[in-house]
Amino acid sequence: MTAQLRAERIARAFGGVQALDDCTLTVEQGSITGLIGPNGSGKTTLFNIITGYERPDSGEVYLADRKITNASPQRVFALGIGRTFQLTRIFPRLTVMENMLVAARRGGRPGRLLARAGGAADRRRALELLEFTGIARHAAALADTLSYGQRKLLELASVLAADPAIVLLDEPAGGVNPSLIQHIAARIRDLNAQGTTFLIVEHNMEFVMGLCHQVTVLDYGTVVASGPPGIIAADPRVLDAYLGSGGDGDG
Amino acid sequence: MTGAGRATGAGRAAHAPPAAPAGRRAAASRASGRIVLAALLLALAVMIAVFPLVFTNGAVTQIAVDTMIFVAAACAWNIFSGYSGYLSLGHAIFFGSGVYAVAIAARDFKLTGDAVFSLMPLAAAVAAVIAIPVGLVALRVRRHTFVVITIAIFFIFQLMAFNFSFTGGTSGIVAPILNWTAATYNDPFYYLALGIAAGTIALSWLIRRSRFGLQLRAIRDDEDRARGLGVRAMPVKLTAFALSGCITGLLGGVWFYFIGIAQPQAAFDPLFDLSLALMSFFGGLGTIFGPALGALILEPAQQWLTIRFTNDYLSEILLGALFLAVILFLPRGILPTAAQRIASRRARSGDRARGSQAPAVARPKGTGP
Repeated sequence: MTAQLRAERIARAFGGVQALDDCTLTVEQGSITGLIGPNGSGKTTLFNIITGYERPDSGEVYLADRKITNASPQRVFALGIGRTFQLTRIFPRLTVMENMLVAARRGGRPGRLLARAGGAADRRRALELLEFTGIARHAAALADTLSYGQRKLLELASVLAADPAIVLLDEPAGGVNPSLIQHIAARIRDLNAQGTTFLIVEHNMEFVMGLCHQVTVLDYGTVVASGPPGIIAADPRVLDAYLGSGGDGDG
Repeated sequence: MTGAGRATGAGRAAHAPPAAPAGRRAAASRASGRIVLAALLLALAVMIAVFPLVFTNGAVTQIAVDTMIFVAAACAWNIFSGYSGYLSLGHAIFFGSGVYAVAIAARDFKLTGDAVFSLMPLAAAVAAVIAIPVGLVALRVRRHTFVVITIAIFFIFQLMAFNFSFTGGTSGIVAPILNWTAATYNDPFYYLALGIAAGTIALSWLIRRSRFGLQLRAIRDDEDRARGLGVRAMPVKLTAFALSGCITGLLGGVWFYFIGIAQPQAAFDPLFDLSLALMSFFGGLGTIFGPALGALILEPAQQWLTIRFTNDYLSEILLGALFLAVILFLPRGILPTAAQRIASRRARSGDRARGSQAPAVARPKGTGP
């Protein structure tokens, strides 16, 4: 397996707080990689740096062999990296279908200013994804009317609309009920089987350990351990990172 | 009728299975409702089309021309501010630039008579060209910072109009005289403004259903997320800003000949943008017909108040009070509120039709709270 996405020796400070320090993360092609660590260990900051929302003080981000450090979010997305947010973000005043079409780029002629949003192919694919995530019946509803769990599914589905090669999920199981967690995990497995690579930040250990091929543990902005979930779960440094730092109960 | 109305209406229709005679009755009443609405709209369109032929009083047609200019300007403002959510209070920059572009060109090229109307494209072009640097500066910031910056840039333009020699300073530039019959003098202006208004509404509709319009509305809802989904936010916002400014500039050019003089305080009027914002909020921000409806109601009302209360301040105070009332009681505007009422009434009659057989919307399996 080859590294598809690599963040190399990333450092980022906010004022006096070193959010990331010499942090190196590798995501193998076709893998589901988990990124865990206590609150404030720098997971979301690393996501933001990879996807262009924040700039690192030092270090580089590579997509395959291409350097993408400091690329804008729209550029990162165009290169095939999609992401969701920790606090679920959808477009509340657009319909569910319109939410899906924002990212779609199949068969559109971008040169024409007044070209209709969402050609037949885009809509077909969008509906497929809505069916895949189980919210197709709400396609014509305003996104604002969806429940929290449905919003999570819509956010995921809308990122998938452009068929990204890598999907970064920030707490996909956060705040949703157990049966929906199962549903989301199954969808991730399906997509992964079709070739999509995943990088997942999650506090739900059962979810991470059951789903991921590789797990990287962050603590105080540094990688403290990395490996298959079975080994990570037993690693004393990981237990120390979680329990030693006050054990905020997320594990 | 409106995009917003269509969206919510479609949303209801999608999961309302047709059932029972009651359902058919509801569908029939919906169809007759549509016919009534269509008849009303047709009557309104005919009335607008023949207005200056029926009401030939100069004082009335004067108000009609002003109203049509504001209908078009509010729709143009809405293409940018309504769709993108960036509230511009600097569109008078484009209006004034259109006024002065035509005024200066007519003076320097010594154009007279109907030939001056050949300068209209110039008004639009100058405004569009000015919109690009203004947009590049102002669109870097969002929300209230954006509002403040547009106001600041507006005052720079007003100061320039006051102080540069080529603008004629406070005394301004007088328009070439048009040798038109006094009785029908206002009519060509009315139809010109009406044409621009119709074109702007058509453009609003085209943009709303376009990919470009979808990107603008995505930016309105969550710009950072839109960027993360590949939307190139700056070019999209700038295009809408320039397009909107271009139409506003064109209207400035028309208004210059109509009013007959370009003066800084009237061409660059700080109340211009407040009026546009008020009209759009009143009718329904971001809808296709809302701003036009707002202008059709508010501009004649404002003109009437000014005539009725010769004390200028009183009419402005009343206008301010109206603005407050709109924000308090109709925060979403007439059309979205009406669309919501209709949709919820339909939903209620739909529920009655279905009886208590099933919950209105069954949740998909496995999707939680």
